[in-house]
Amino acid sequence: MSTIAHTQKRGFAGTVWEYLTTVDHKKIAILYLIAGGLFFLIGGIEAMMIRIQLAVPNNDFVSAGLFNEIITMHGTTMIFLAAMPLLFAFMNAVMPLQIGARDVAFPFINALGFWLFFFGGLFLNLSWFLGGAPDAGWTSYASLSLASEGHGVDFYVLGLQISGFGTLMGGINFLVTIINMRAPGMTYMRMPLFTWTTFVASALILFAFPPLTVGLFMMMFDRMFGSGFFDVAAGGNTIIWEHFFWIFGHPEVYILILPAFGIFSEIFPTFARKRLFGYSSMVFATVLIGFLGFMVWAHHMFTTGLGPIANAIFAVATMAIAVPTGIKIFNWIMTIWGGKITFTVPMLYAVSFIPSFVMGGVTGVMQAAAPADYQFHDSYFIVAHFHYVIVGGVVLALLAGCHFYWPLMFGTMLSERLGKITFALFFTGFHLTFFIQHFLGLMGMPRRVWTFLPGQGLETGNLISSIGAAFMAAGVIIFLINVVNTQVKNVQVGRDPWKDGRTLEWAIPSPAPFYNFKQLPLVRGLDAFWIEKMEGKTEMTPAEPIGDIHMPNNAFAPFLISLGLFIAAFGAMYQVDDKPWAIPVLIIGMAITFGSMLYRSIKDDHGYHIHKEDLLDDADKGGTR
Amino acid sequence: MANLQSNSGDPKVNYEYRRKKSADEMRMQVITFTLMIFFTVLAFAAVGAGFSKWFIIPFVLLLACVQVAFQLYYFMHMSHKGHEAPQLFMWSGIFVAFLTILTFLTIIWW
Ligand SMILES: [Cu+2]
Repeated sequence: MSTIAHTQKRGFAGTVWEYLTTVDHKKIAILYLIAGGLFFLIGGIEAMMIRIQLAVPNNDFVSAGLFNEIITMHGTTMIFLAAMPLLFAFMNAVMPLQIGARDVAFPFINALGFWLFFFGGLFLNLSWFLGGAPDAGWTSYASLSLASEGHGVDFYVLGLQISGFGTLMGGINFLVTIINMRAPGMTYMRMPLFTWTTFVASALILFAFPPLTVGLFMMMFDRMFGSGFFDVAAGGNTIIWEHFFWIFGHPEVYILILPAFGIFSEIFPTFARKRLFGYSSMVFATVLIGFLGFMVWAHHMFTTGLGPIANAIFAVATMAIAVPTGIKIFNWIMTIWGGKITFTVPMLYAVSFIPSFVMGGVTGVMQAAAPADYQFHDSYFIVAHFHYVIVGGVVLALLAGCHFYWPLMFGTMLSERLGKITFALFFTGFHLTFFIQHFLGLMGMPRRVWTFLPGQGLETGNLISSIGAAFMAAGVIIFLINVVNTQVKNVQVGRDPWKDGRTLEWAIPSPAPFYNFKQLPLVRGLDAFWIEKMEGKTEMTPAEPIGDIHMPNNAFAPFLISLGLFIAAFGAMYQVDDKPWAIPVLIIGMAITFGSMLYRSIKDDHGYHIHKEDLLDDADKGGTR
Repeated sequence: MANLQSNSGDPKVNYEYRRKKSADEMRMQVITFTLMIFFTVLAFAAVGAGFSKWFIIPFVLLLACVQVAFQLYYFMHMSHKGHEAPQLFMWSGIFVAFLTILTFLTIIWW
C-alpha cells in the first residue's frame, strides 16, 4: 500500500509538495544540488563582474562601493552557499549508500538542515534588492564591518547565522549516521574514503561552526543591540573577531577540501581499476589533517602583530600540514601507477586536479613562512593561492563528482563529449585566470582593489586573467547545456553504469528504491561490491532475511521552522531603524518557528512500515533490476 | 546496540555475575564520592589557610578537573564499553576549547 503511494506518478504540484516535505536523503541531495548550483551561478556572475571591472585600467564598469559589495558576496556565496551545499549534496546522495544504510540517522533534521541553509542563503542574497549587499569582505573584519553603513553587514550576520545552523545540523547528522548505521561487516577501516572524509569534515563542522556562531552573535549584538565586544572605544577588542573568524575559517577550508579529496579517492581506483594505494595511510592522513587544521588559524593574522613566538609556532604548525597532504598526493599517484586507466570525464578532472592542487599547496607553504607572508599579505598572490586550492581542488572535485555520481542521483549519464569540452574550457580558463595573479601580487597589486592605474605593468596580467574567466564561464554554460540535454533525453542507464563501481552505492538498483536496501548487505572487506564481482556474483550477499522496513513520514515542519527564522531575521534587522512593524515581525517569525517545533514535539509521528509482502511484490514486478 | 550496559537486565546474563558487577560498581562509586568530598574540603582548606593565590588558583582548578573526570567516568558511566566515540569527541572538543582559551590568554589579553 505504502509502496504504491511512492511509485504513483505525480503532477507538478504533487512533485513540488513532495520535495518541500521530503525527508529522503536522496531527494534532499537533489535539493542541495539545485540550490547550491543556483548560488554557484550567482557567485559566478559576481566573479565575472569582478573580472570585467579589472580587465582594463581605470575601468568604471561598476562603482567602488558596488565593487566592494560584489567581492564580499562572491566570496561569501561561493564558500557558504555554493561549495559547502554542493558537497552536502554528494554526501547526502552517496554516503548512506556507501555504508549500507537505509537513510541518515535523523531524516527530519536532514531536511531541517537543508531548509535553514536555503533560507539563510536567500536572506543574504535579498540584500541586493533591499538597500545594498554586505561590503566588508567575506571575512567581515570587525573594525570595518562595524563602520559599514546600511544593512549590508546585518544581512551577512543574520543570513550566515541561519544557514550556519543548518550546516551544523547536517554535520552532526552525518557523524551519527556513520557511527551508528554502518551495515553488518562495515568496520571503520572498511569504509570508503569518501565516507571517511565526510566523517572528518563533519567533525570539523561540529567543532568549527560554534566559534563562527559565537562571533556572529557578538557582531549581531554590536551592530543591532548596542553592545561593544569589538568596539575599541567601548573597551572591546577588534582582534577577537579575527580570531573567532579564523578559528572557524581555517577548518572551513578543510571542510571543503577533505570531501573533495574523498571524491577523487573514489574516482582514481574506479578508473585505474586498482584498489586505492595505501588505504590506511589515506585514512590516517585525513584524520591528521583534520586535527592539525585546528592549530593553525593564526597564519591568517601574521601581520596583526601577534609577536615572533606566536608567529613562529603557527608557521611551523601550518607547514606540518604539508606532510599528510603529501602522503595523499603520492598515494593517488601510486593508485594510478600501473593501473588500466580509462580517461572518462571524472578521471580527467581527477588527474588534472593533482598538479593544480599541488601548486596551491606550495604557495600555501610559502605563505606559512611568516616573514615572507609580510610581503604576500593582502596582495593578489593570496587571491591566486586560495583560488588554486578551492577551484583547483574543490570545484574540480564538484564537477568531477557531478559527472561521476550523476547516474547514481538521476539514473542518467551526462554526455562524455560535452563533458570533455567543459573540462578543456574550464581547466584552461582556470589556469589562465589565476596563474598570472601570483605575479600580479608579487608586482604589488593589492587584493580587493577596485581598479588600477595604467603604466604600472599590471595591464597585461589583468587582461589575461579576465580572458581566462571568460573561458571558465563558457565551460560552465556548456555543462548546463549538458545537464539539460541529458535530462530531456532521459536515457536510463541502469545499475553500475561505469562498469567498474567498487563500493556499495553501485550495488543497488537504479533508480534506487526509496528504502535503498531491501536487505542490508554483508560487507566482507574494503571495496565491498568489487569483492563480490571478483567472485562472479552480481549482487551483494544479504546480511538479513527480508523483513518489514521502518520508514519516516514526510514532514512540512522543517520548511516552516526555517521560514519562521527567515521572517524573524527581518524584524531583528529593521528594529534598529525604529520601524514600528519590526518587533511584531520578529515576534511573528519566532512564533512560527517555535510553534512548528512545539507541534513536532507534541504530535507523535512513528513513521510507517513497508511490509514484507510489498517488498516481495516489488521484486516480482521487476521493480529492482 | 553496543552501548547496552552489563547491568541492563538481560535475563540471559548470569544473575550472580550481574550482582557482583553491580557491587563492584557500587564500591567504586562510593570511593569516588568520598574522594570528591575530600577534594572539596581540600579546596576550601587551601583558601581558608591563606596560601598565595599563585598556589590556590592552579590547585583548585586541578581538583576541579579531577572531579569532572570522576563525574564523567564513574557517575555518568563513561568508563563502560560502547562509549569510545563520545569519548573521542568530548576530548577533541575539550582540546580545541583549551587551545582557543590558551591562545586568547597568551596573545590577545597578555
Ligand atoms: Cu588557513
